[in-house]
Amino acid sequence: MSAPAIEPVAPAAERTTERVTLAKALNAGLRRAMEDDDTVLVMGEDVGKLGGVFRITDGLQKDFGEDRVIDSPLAESGIVGTAVGLALRGYRPVVEIQFDGFVYPAYDQIVCQVAKMRYRSGGNLRMPMVIRIPYGGGIGAVEHHSESPEAQFAHTPGLKVVTCSNPVDGYWMLQQAIASDDPVIFLEPKRQYHADKVDLDVTATPDQLFASRVVRAGTDATLVAYGPQVKVAMAAAEAAANEGRSLEVIDLRTLSPLDLGPVFDSVRRTGRAVVTHEAHVNLGMGAEVAARISEECFYSLEAPVLRVGGYDTPYPASRIEEEFLPDLDRVLDAVDRSCAF
Amino acid sequence: MSQHDPVVGADRTTDPDPAGEGPERVATTQAFEEVFGPARDSEPELVQLLTPEGERQHHPLFDQDFDADTLRGFYRDMVLVRRLDTEATALQRHGELGLWAQLLGQEAAQIGAGRALRAQDHVFPTYREHGVAWCKGVDPLRLLAIFRGVDQGAWDPEAHHFGLYTIVIGAQTLHAVGYGMGMQRDGVVGTGDPDRDAAVIAHFGDGASSQGDVNEAFIFAASYNAPVVFFCQNNQWAISEPIERQSRIPLYQRANGFGFPGVRVDGNDVLATYAVTRAALQRAREGQGPTFVEAYTYRMGAHTTTDDPTRYRLNDDVERWKLRDPIKRLEVYLRRNGLVDDAWLADLTAEADEFGRTLREGCKSMPDPAPASMFDHVYAEETDELRAEREGFAAYHASFEAGVS
Ligand SMILES: Cc1ncc(C[n+]2csc(CCOP(=O)(O)OP(=O)(O)O)c2C)c(N)n1
Repeated sequence: MSAPAIEPVAPAAERTTERVTLAKALNAGLRRAMEDDDTVLVMGEDVGKLGGVFRITDGLQKDFGEDRVIDSPLAESGIVGTAVGLALRGYRPVVEIQFDGFVYPAYDQIVCQVAKMRYRSGGNLRMPMVIRIPYGGGIGAVEHHSESPEAQFAHTPGLKVVTCSNPVDGYWMLQQAIASDDPVIFLEPKRQYHADKVDLDVTATPDQLFASRVVRAGTDATLVAYGPQVKVAMAAAEAAANEGRSLEVIDLRTLSPLDLGPVFDSVRRTGRAVVTHEAHVNLGMGAEVAARISEECFYSLEAPVLRVGGYDTPYPASRIEEEFLPDLDRVLDAVDRSCAF
Repeated sequence: MSQHDPVVGADRTTDPDPAGEGPERVATTQAFEEVFGPARDSEPELVQLLTPEGERQHHPLFDQDFDADTLRGFYRDMVLVRRLDTEATALQRHGELGLWAQLLGQEAAQIGAGRALRAQDHVFPTYREHGVAWCKGVDPLRLLAIFRGVDQGAWDPEAHHFGLYTIVIGAQTLHAVGYGMGMQRDGVVGTGDPDRDAAVIAHFGDGASSQGDVNEAFIFAASYNAPVVFFCQNNQWAISEPIERQSRIPLYQRANGFGFPGVRVDGNDVLATYAVTRAALQRAREGQGPTFVEAYTYRMGAHTTTDDPTRYRLNDDVERWKLRDPIKRLEVYLRRNGLVDDAWLADLTAEADEFGRTLREGCKSMPDPAPASMFDHVYAEETDELRAEREGFAAYHASFEAGVS
């Protein structure tokens, strides 16, 4: 938990707040990281002239040049593998995987090389690399464009895995991930890219990178969410409040390492927990969170920890994806079941 | 750029001229290129049987006679798949499809290759092989269903000898090689019986040629002499990335390095793509192993309906390639040689209009899948766990219906 803090640069007197989407915030975060450290490189398919298929790298090649914003050949193993070499040479590559389902050609490089280089070298080598992956569903896409592969990476020692749920976190967490000397899988909830605008203060002092956060206080049950599900959990808490039930919502933000301190504190007060994510429930992040809550908060629990997630099927055709994705109703249904114990 | 501390120790070179600035070093570099071939792209020769102006060319290896019906058939195919493409693009604009991968400009490459196949030859497509699917008798509505989000490719690949669309680029090239290895074991390669001998064709793009899978497919195909035609539509672009980002040499020359022949064909010339693919398939069926066919063409449309090519592509190029339109040149040839007349062309237009209507209506009336169908076909032997999940899903839905009534 020792991510280097990012020092604010602009004097506080200047107007430093801007209303931005997650896409814009990530773009601004990348830009600032590249300005602050000229060893930061951006690599991936279409990241240059096009600005990435989601435009997260928009304008960066124009301003930083083709040596620092690199359109790569269409080979994910190649992208990550060469980033390993660049990292060994002292650069900080920030790699873009175009969509979640296309990270698998690079899986071998990520789990066998990126994750193990420091360990293998007895600490002599560093692997300061960020692998950005737009993930999750809800955009009406074809196969391989809606998956949530976080557990595959969180299960791999040597990798750190984080995910942002809002523009402010996107801006800061991306810079902190780039500054980290460990390899970070940076998951971006793609259906949130252009969803909401919020105020971003670029002079603020950000949270620690590897820390979860209570995003709504409540007393009756604890909802644990991350990435795209935070918005769903917040909506569920809102709906529950209208019916007189008070839900606490925690945004995990970091999946590996898991920062469960705030979750344990919360569950000790509420006695109930529901974990929600888009990924398949079986052996997913929710399983880990539930197990750890059971171990730490056993005597505080009024009900078993419940999980809400994608079903254990491949991601379905988009016309029925809304049935697959956990929505507010499914989250509230789980809360009802928890409270009925 | 600043100096960086290399993470590992200092360079321990013993080269007396580490910068490589000495005159002998320069000479060596030149010699390398002289002896071992060009390091840069050179304008390679295209196999062409019909020029953009609609003039018939002859080629020492690939020339052949085409009868009038065949030529009219090529033309009809290209017109109808272009109509499929424009209708699908319009349907996407009207919100009926989530996405569409356009083939505009690639009709000749696909129809030439598709018509060169025998019934028993098997296709491994990407996500853009609408013209090849057409030749293999796959209902175009089945293609639209994928992009509408109704299913992920619900035709029977064995019945059509046309595999499922593959979105992870290049993955299918390995499947094609394995399938061809299966054909070898089944004794349907090199038997001398033309009704029996079979081959496989794998389609992929210039961008996909960079994938490890494609390069591994080349190695396996060469190593086992698999009956595979690698058919690359080099449409110059991989979304925003130009072909120069994938290769320094003409793509077809890569085959040489893997130990099998490569040939570049004018991908906008349906006669040439047909003749070259036919010859390559014949080699494969006869047991002579793989061939790489590079169909040199151009993606006149966007990559998909979500792409914005104005951000990276020059309009001039598009205009230049319009002059090489694959349909136009065949039309000129057919008219000039009296093989079609106005009445024939008017009939075809009417047929295309009717086809368009069928597509529109068929697409709009395609029902959404039943929600619980997402639990189907996950396993051949359904697990108790999944069955319980399916039942829980049904009970959850039933609880709403109970609540409403
Ligand atoms: C492994 C993988 N990475 C990225 C993508 C996203 N993607 C889809 S199509 C495409 C470009 C492919 O270009 P090319 O192979 O030349 O074929 P074209 O689409 O031009 O026919 C990319 C990058 C993908 N489908 N699969």
